[in-house]
Amino acid sequence: MKKFRNHKLLSILLILTMLVSVFAIAGCQKEEAEPQQQAGDSVPTPENPQLKLATTTSTQDSGLLDEIIPDFEAKTGYKAEVIAVGSGAAMEMGESGDADVLLVHSRAAEDEFVAAGFGIDRHDVMYNDFLIIGPAADPAGIKGGDDAVAALTQISDSKSVFLSRGDDSGTHKKELSIWKAAEIEPTGDWYNSVGQGMADTYRMADEMQGYTLIDRATYLANKENYSLESIVEGDELLFNPYGVIAVNPEKYPNINYDGATAFIQWIISDETQALIAEFGKDQYGQSLFIPDAK
Amino acid sequence: MDVIGQGVKEGILLILSLDPELIQVTLLSLQVSLTALVAAGLLGIPAGTFLALKNFTGRKLILNIIYTLMGLPPVLAGLIVFLVLSNRGPLGEWQLLFTPSAMIIAQVLLGFPLVAGLSARAVMSQRQEVYDTAVMLGATRTQAVLSIIRESRMGIIAALTTAMGRLIAEVGAVMMVGGNIQGKTRVLTTSIVLETRMGHDSRALGIGIILLILAFMIMLLILKLEKRSFKDDSTIQIV
Repeated sequence: MKKFRNHKLLSILLILTMLVSVFAIAGCQKEEAEPQQQAGDSVPTPENPQLKLATTTSTQDSGLLDEIIPDFEAKTGYKAEVIAVGSGAAMEMGESGDADVLLVHSRAAEDEFVAAGFGIDRHDVMYNDFLIIGPAADPAGIKGGDDAVAALTQISDSKSVFLSRGDDSGTHKKELSIWKAAEIEPTGDWYNSVGQGMADTYRMADEMQGYTLIDRATYLANKENYSLESIVEGDELLFNPYGVIAVNPEKYPNINYDGATAFIQWIISDETQALIAEFGKDQYGQSLFIPDAK
Repeated sequence: MDVIGQGVKEGILLILSLDPELIQVTLLSLQVSLTALVAAGLLGIPAGTFLALKNFTGRKLILNIIYTLMGLPPVLAGLIVFLVLSNRGPLGEWQLLFTPSAMIIAQVLLGFPLVAGLSARAVMSQRQEVYDTAVMLGATRTQAVLSIIRESRMGIIAALTTAMGRLIAEVGAVMMVGGNIQGKTRVLTTSIVLETRMGHDSRALGIGIILLILAFMIMLLILKLEKRSFKDDSTIQIV
């Protein structure tokens, strides 16, 4: 009996030791990380260092933000909280004052957003392009073309599986604009509106061996994992400009407008523009985003 | 505050509008979660009872694994089912990914440990007397075991209601293996995620209200069944 009790005690001790060591390791890592941060922290910390950046999933999923945001934080002392959603949701967040600055790609909606007084200081930042990808078997017979409207018409006519973001994002709006240009109302069993982010939609399209519209950055960042191929690219309709907008502090006094301004000045600066142009070159042999701030 | 009020209003309007798409989404939610619940119950109750009553080597280990899996994160369950059903997975040729069947499989994976673990607990809490009395009254072994299950029904029903709550409210697994395809695999919870992502907060809240009403009605039904089965028994009362 006593032996058993010892046994029990021992296992409780063991579990406690494990828990403590986990915390200890976590603690150590934090300690190691902190001095590093301080070393780069030569700029004074701003009054309100938390900056909420609402952006599209494509800037996050491609890895661009992970690459360049540390430079912003080191140079300005701000701490950027990145909220990656669709362009539509990002602008909704701006409208409700839940974000300080937006990095989005939906030109028409951006202009409306500014015109309605929700945003100020809009600047072009960069652009990338969309492409239509699909299975190598190419059931719609559109591979190698550069006419997006003709391609979607073919997909619809042949009722080939197509996946739509269906989430009101910039990519979704771009897709809808091409359907509109083709004068087609896409419905039917072949048209799958999935309501998910770009990386998820890409994965689903690969599983279902369907066509989808995708931004080049997300495509290049993930294409080794999947079998889908580039089918149509190079159409001017597939052009995809990104803009940065500060949320209007007159609408919401709590907005971190100073932080937003610092972010905008930083992202349109020559140095950051060069960083953006460099991003992806070493890995994919081409820039994922072409800077075009004026 | 404005958004919440608007959400409640929109929820009521949504229900009244009888939007065919929303009805389809609601019915699919019910179909997926109820099928998964029935399957989890049919597998979990016998498994739990067996583990509670039968002594064999490894029983403790299996019980501990089941208790651990009661906390299985839905996304993880989804990922496992996704990898198994993927074109590159072992069951890829079944072509089940992004269908309601895949969603049911993932939810059974989530519901089974809950039902089995809690049923085992309920049966274990019964006393030897129940079995002995049954045998003394001339019951066979099977009948005696059945009477133990009958005596444990309060706990087993609690297991089923807990599982029901988990499954109907679950989003991670059904999102991953169902794909949230409009008209095919979109359910209430994935609709809420989508509407929130699109910034339609009040519509998302409205769908949430429908989900809550649904859960409430199912619980009511289960509790009603429970009450009926306890009609003759007196409940504990403090005098």
